[in-house]
Amino acid sequence: MTEIQAGTEGAAGAAATAPAPDSPPVPAIELAGVVKEYLAHGEVVQAVKGITMTISEGEFFSLLGPSGCGKTTTMRMIAGFEDPSRGTVRLHGQDVTDVPPNKRDVNMVFQSYALFPHMNVWENVAFGLRRKKVAAAEIKRRVGEMLEIVDLTGREKRRPREMSGGQQQRVALARALVNNPRALLLDEPLGALDLKLRQAMQIELKRIQREVGITFVYVTHDQSEALTMSDRIAVMNDGLVEQLAAPREIYERPATAFVAGFIGTSNLLGGTVDRVASGCAVLRAGDEGRILVAGDAHRAGDDVTVTVRPEKITISAEEPGGEVSAVRGTVSEVVYLGLYNSYAVRLADGAEITVFQQNALDSTSTAERGEAVWLSWQPRHSYAIGS
Amino acid sequence: MSVRESAVAERAAGGPARPRTRLGDRLLKAYVWLVIAWLFLPIAVMVVFGFNDTRSKSNVTWQGFTLRWWTRLGDYPELTEAVFNSLRIALLATVITTVLGTLMGLALGRHRFRGQGATNLVLFAAIASPELVMGASLLSLFISTGVDTGFVTVVVAHVLFSLSFVAITVRARVIGLDRSVEEAARDLGASTWTTFWRVTFPMILPGVVSGALLAFALSIDDFVITQFTSGTVQTFPLWIWGATRNGIPPQVNIMGTLIFAVGVAIAVANSVTARRRT
Repeated sequence: MTEIQAGTEGAAGAAATAPAPDSPPVPAIELAGVVKEYLAHGEVVQAVKGITMTISEGEFFSLLGPSGCGKTTTMRMIAGFEDPSRGTVRLHGQDVTDVPPNKRDVNMVFQSYALFPHMNVWENVAFGLRRKKVAAAEIKRRVGEMLEIVDLTGREKRRPREMSGGQQQRVALARALVNNPRALLLDEPLGALDLKLRQAMQIELKRIQREVGITFVYVTHDQSEALTMSDRIAVMNDGLVEQLAAPREIYERPATAFVAGFIGTSNLLGGTVDRVASGCAVLRAGDEGRILVAGDAHRAGDDVTVTVRPEKITISAEEPGGEVSAVRGTVSEVVYLGLYNSYAVRLADGAEITVFQQNALDSTSTAERGEAVWLSWQPRHSYAIGS
Repeated sequence: MSVRESAVAERAAGGPARPRTRLGDRLLKAYVWLVIAWLFLPIAVMVVFGFNDTRSKSNVTWQGFTLRWWTRLGDYPELTEAVFNSLRIALLATVITTVLGTLMGLALGRHRFRGQGATNLVLFAAIASPELVMGASLLSLFISTGVDTGFVTVVVAHVLFSLSFVAITVRARVIGLDRSVEEAARDLGASTWTTFWRVTFPMILPGVVSGALLAFALSIDDFVITQFTSGTVQTFPLWIWGATRNGIPPQVNIMGTLIFAVGVAIAVANSVTARRRT
């Protein structure tokens, strides 16, 4: 810490203008207008096109997106391995944009674990403390404690290559956490593990995060992983953050078509607003259908795109009454998935809608392939998205 | 499954194919032993004739066992001096080559830079060009620049032709490195200097050591290029070449045996520690 303060003039300035005790706490990580450009074959390529966000102290924060969306580059700029072309990175209020990675108080868990192959487990974990010139007895105590937390006591003398993927993963975690970083950065740390181990490690990571109370920044392309573990998620696409919100919010109220498509299964429907009545915009959909969108953001004549989650839709043979969205279609596919059935329903305009119906005991709404059906859902489940 | 059943099953499965594989196995084995014999027979002859109780100047027919030559190892002062010259040259050339070659290997394996392709080409050209050509061109270079040939020029020449081998071995090792391991060291608070010595260097060390061994082996027995560049300095191979006219004394066999034994010991030690390291 002292090194950071000594190394940057910005630190003194930040300390001078430190917020009063009653103002909101300083965020653990702040990115302000961060851009990363590469020169590839004489052309400027923007990997990150401008990100501004804050990550709070103690938060489990995920950067989620497909490969090439810039999430790893963003994390590497927080760690200090990439210099932002423009913008500022702040850790606990201190500008660290020009601070090298070895002087930043964050630690990283690499996708490949990046353990030192020529050192045993104990030496790997002690590496960071030794660089900080911590006293030998203190190192011994902290490494021992950390190995206990990750359940590797008794394997101190093992070499990384003598261990399983899951064990190596835990060594990497211990090696980073033992330094008590202000934030832990994890770059797809479970990517190389099989499904069972992955799920066990997800729970394990959550437990460790609660135990040590450190801010976790987690990079992943696995939406279910992000939904399970995170307090908040930034969904990234093509170098930009498409939505930053809690998992539930992201799932229920996707901000863009990309988010709706990337997180879970989603149906996209569009139409022109016909009229606005009693807090609902009514869209015309085909000759007989209607889509109700809650809220008063839309005017008659607007073109609106909405997303509807498959599990919110009900299938029925009769036209449903009341204040609900209703569209007609023909069942083109039925897939039995145990817990639920998945239906593909083709509308008159050619769009295909996915519907999940839970397999309850008394379920009578079992439509057959080729059957003409009505699909209906509540107005609050049509969520208008920006195009 | 009972014992008899499994025996039957085994016969049914492997029965008809077996004689053919056996013949193939035997041929392969014979071939392997033939190659080993071909490689090691000359060495065995060298070692054995160090113990030959020869009376004449030539040492080509077996006369009986003796340890006499081992006690009279220093009978030819020029031979002893030539051996020490060779060792000095080889050690010095190895140290210089290893340092330079390791730096080259790191640069070539790690960075993209202007002239990289040309550097790679020169490295391979140095390996591919005949020693005769390299020796002759070095000599003409030394003559035209007025440099007196001797100990220094031999070392320079040896560094020159073994540099490629070290650079290429180290480069292969560097390319195989996971960059994130070094990033992890930086992330954990190590400066670039500490990262190199604590992480990068231990990881490329096997490549550096094999490069160094290769350089030493190339230098100690080089004849052609040394002949062109040595001036009046005698090295072990040069002295033997000179002695062939009068007959090679058994001391040469013993010196060769010793050098060979040390080389084998180092190579074995390297492979054992390399296995333990990674």
